[in-house]
Amino acid sequence: MTLKDNFLKGIIKENPVLMLVLGTCPTLAVSTGVTSALGMGAAATVVLLCSNIVISALRNIIPDKVRIPCYIVLIAGFVTMVQMLVKAFAPALDKSLGIFLPLIVVNCIILGRAEMFANKNKVFDSAVDALGMGLGFTLALFLMATIRETLGSGTFMGFEIPFLIDNNISIMTMAPGGFLVFGILMAIVAKITGGKNSKKSFGCAGCPSAAICGKTACESKEDAV
Amino acid sequence: MTKFVIILLSAVFINNYVLTKFLGICPFLGVSKKLNQATGMSIAVIFVMMMATAVTYPIQTYLLTPHNLSYLQTIVFILVIAALVQLVEIILKRYIPSLHKSLGVYLPLITTNCAVLGVTILNIDEGYTFAEAMINSLGSGLGFFLAMVMFAGVRSVIEGADIPKAFRGLPVTLVAASITSLSFLGFSGVIENLFG
Repeated sequence: MTLKDNFLKGIIKENPVLMLVLGTCPTLAVSTGVTSALGMGAAATVVLLCSNIVISALRNIIPDKVRIPCYIVLIAGFVTMVQMLVKAFAPALDKSLGIFLPLIVVNCIILGRAEMFANKNKVFDSAVDALGMGLGFTLALFLMATIRETLGSGTFMGFEIPFLIDNNISIMTMAPGGFLVFGILMAIVAKITGGKNSKKSFGCAGCPSAAICGKTACESKEDAV
Repeated sequence: MTKFVIILLSAVFINNYVLTKFLGICPFLGVSKKLNQATGMSIAVIFVMMMATAVTYPIQTYLLTPHNLSYLQTIVFILVIAALVQLVEIILKRYIPSLHKSLGVYLPLITTNCAVLGVTILNIDEGYTFAEAMINSLGSGLGFFLAMVMFAGVRSVIEGADIPKAFRGLPVTLVAASITSLSFLGFSGVIENLFG
């Protein structure tokens, strides 16, 4: 795999949100506004980059049996750092992300990349992979937030849009709108790719917890899906 | 007493974790296809949420806050929850194998469930007392249970429907979730009218 492919796969072919269906909770929750979506994307990308680099560098040192707890501790450390930085330099962002800032710890994308990529590949490749995945996550968030903010509040990053501002569909910024926009986006992606993405959804292939759960739950999950 | 009822009802209906706060979406979409799996998963979540709050709340109040270590909250909480889930699994396996058989498979998946970490952090952020925090966890767990069971019913109906090809699988599930979540919007304002 060339460097370019490695970087680009996270954006289109293996987009974490639209193709692998990882990290749905933050995607739905922070996409009410473009600014908070970009902030979330940036925060998650920083955590993903740091964790991928460190996990890849330590991949021969961390014993295989306790790797998941090790990854979680490393990720939680980086999340805490990002949390402190955001609190200090962007208090408004901290407020709009709220609980979802500390919850980057349990974002499946980060643990998933550690498990699927960083522990098998060299440091530089893992960093490139993290950047691609982070950018893919941010772009997917940006796309959803653009739809939800322009239709729901009639604004874009706080700037008012004529006509839409007087005719906003406020349900779009509420919870049902999030599910609806995500559902329609997934359908569009399925149409374009010919249904390649929906097969993977919530199966063992895309699930970073697969290694922890011994696949028993996943197997029953898989036949359920 | 009224305060407990308000906290419980708001956690179950108004601030429903899955349908209005978007916490725990993965199990909500992944394990809701069959009613018995949905029930098993939800009971495990209620159990772990209560246990996690019972353990993390004293840690925050008596260890982290007095020693100015609040910045360690995220790391400590996720570690405590992960260790707790492992411990519960081992104990269940040894002493109550029948319960382990029905709940055990869901336990490891819960470690990385954002609803559990979310409820423990929110309990601290909201400034609840210990009793209120426990009630809030119970309510959040019950809300998760309610959403899962309702949604399992909705999905069994979707099963038999003729859906456009592009919408099959996850997209139609999300649209159905949107409508289910819409129904929960009807609860907003209920508490103010009942107790206000």
